[in-house]
Amino acid sequence: MSKTKTNKLSLKERNRLYWERNRKSQGYLVKRTAKRASVSISRFILLFGMCFLILQPILNKISISFMAEEDIYDPMVISIPQHFTAENYQLAATFMDYGKTLFNTFIIALTIAIIQIAMSTLVGYGFARFDFPFKNFWFACVMLVIIVPPQTISTALHLHFKYFDIFGLIKLITGDTINLRGSVLPYYLMSLGCMGLKNGLYIFMIRQFFRTIPKELEEAAYVDGCGTLKTFVKIMLPDAKPILTSCFLFSFVWQWTDGFYSSMFLGAVPLLSNKVTRIGDQLSHYMINTMKVGTGASIGYTNCIVATGTLMVIVPLIVLYLFAQKGFVESLSSSGIKM
Amino acid sequence: MKKQTKLAGLQKRKAIAGYIFILPFVLGFLAFMVKPFFESLYMSFCEVDVSGKTGFTFNFTKLANYVEAFTVDTQYSGFVTNTFTKMCINSLAIMVFSFFVALILNQKFKGRALVRAVFFLPVIISSGVILGVEYNNSLLSSVQDMIEKEGAGTSVTDAIKNILITSGVGSRIFEEVFKIVDGIYDVAISSGIQIIIFLSGLQTISASMYEAAAIEGCTAWESLWKITFPMVSSLFLVNWIYTIIDFSMKSDNEVMSKVKTTMIAYLDYGLASAMAWAYFLIIIVFIAITSLIISKGVYYYE
Repeated sequence: MSKTKTNKLSLKERNRLYWERNRKSQGYLVKRTAKRASVSISRFILLFGMCFLILQPILNKISISFMAEEDIYDPMVISIPQHFTAENYQLAATFMDYGKTLFNTFIIALTIAIIQIAMSTLVGYGFARFDFPFKNFWFACVMLVIIVPPQTISTALHLHFKYFDIFGLIKLITGDTINLRGSVLPYYLMSLGCMGLKNGLYIFMIRQFFRTIPKELEEAAYVDGCGTLKTFVKIMLPDAKPILTSCFLFSFVWQWTDGFYSSMFLGAVPLLSNKVTRIGDQLSHYMINTMKVGTGASIGYTNCIVATGTLMVIVPLIVLYLFAQKGFVESLSSSGIKM
Repeated sequence: MKKQTKLAGLQKRKAIAGYIFILPFVLGFLAFMVKPFFESLYMSFCEVDVSGKTGFTFNFTKLANYVEAFTVDTQYSGFVTNTFTKMCINSLAIMVFSFFVALILNQKFKGRALVRAVFFLPVIISSGVILGVEYNNSLLSSVQDMIEKEGAGTSVTDAIKNILITSGVGSRIFEEVFKIVDGIYDVAISSGIQIIIFLSGLQTISASMYEAAAIEGCTAWESLWKITFPMVSSLFLVNWIYTIIDFSMKSDNEVMSKVKTTMIAYLDYGLASAMAWAYFLIIIVFIAITSLIISKGVYYYE
């Protein structure tokens, strides 16, 4: 029986047909329907619960961020604020110097992500497609970069940049080492050298992707007269678009929220990730010095402002994610990381 | 003979091209990794004096820093064991959880794209400072502790735990299980990447394999263990390593914050390096041993 025909039948007719088929199959049809329904219901409950678990803190933050201070202590108010206010946002924005900080963060995250991914693509392609002496040794070095936590070498890195020198050359010329602490330059240099935040991971992912491209494609390009560079740009790069987008998103987002490298190298530049960690202290300063409240900010109110600040940091990311989500998730899970 | 020299020429050209491609990494590695890496290793065996005007001086003291970290410092060894046990339990929970979720998300149902988007959201929102920002306010955390204490006995898990304990079945294992259930949020938000990796593996298994198995009379449960599990087993290894590294590098880690305070507040660079290195070595050894065990069970198709 074709589908259009069943659709035309009335509900009653369809029911009758169903039960008839069920009788013919000796109860198997009912069993199967029940089984399928129970599976999808339990799946729905499970997934709904877990999605709620993940989303709840964000929803909670959103509802708190619109509350006035008296609402926070009002036991009658749970999630919908009684005194709807946008004051928290204004306050958090002034504490973080939002406009300027947002701009800074955006520029830094964007440039760093572009540099990191461009370099990682080159390196990943080199590892995936060429044979050269000591290849395994260098790849072991990539693994080392992934595994060694930046905190382990942070002490030495700290001193390294405080008395920066390239094999004693700068000291030879100017007579002194350069103090690069507090400037943006070291971090850009590190990103150029693939030593930035989680850079080893991007190299690894991109290499894994390039390895899946058939060798014949490359050989055909060579036979047709493409040079190494031209093959890379014209043949390989267009294919790698999904994985590059995913890596770029990862890089952008992780750079946006990163606390370690930001506080270590970019401390002088106002960034969202630096500002948001100080927002609670700033609030109590503000309460004591400007509002003349001797005890500082109350706990609930601090919580509220911190939540608002956090929300303001992640909202641009969520907007970005909503736009890129489909391509991101699909590309990663379909072509992504094949080991 | 002529052909061979030509091949060698091509190989040489390719080798040079390869080196040009990985040049950024080689330079970066030499400039920013090698020196700090060995310097920090050396530093951990030294008493570092930063008070001097011309920079810093090292006094070689052999293992004194390591001895101090483990025997003199009152917090460090406790933190390490704590973090280590937490890491083992959490990593196991994350593996099971992410495999399970990936299995569900691989099925076809309405709203799958939406659910996937939600599950990968933590990759974005729970990274970096965002996670720690709520807890680094000392006032807030004390209040949170209080709420947790007062709320004890009201949650479902606590009620079940009480019943189990009073009926005499409560043991250490149960307690750990309940801890995981209570901390399911932490597990859920730190398994985003692992879910993606498992999902990518699940999608490479060809449907014809399941079809063949079903025709031979395999139930869904059997094909899970006989097909799905072996086919993604190599990803278990990858995920396991990734999970442990991710966990050990988190900035809200007790050991890491201890290292940071030792370095910044007490300016004891030598001791801080020793602490970081000891912790790092423990984790490397752990990763090596466990991945050796796991790789014995990995099945490679092809």
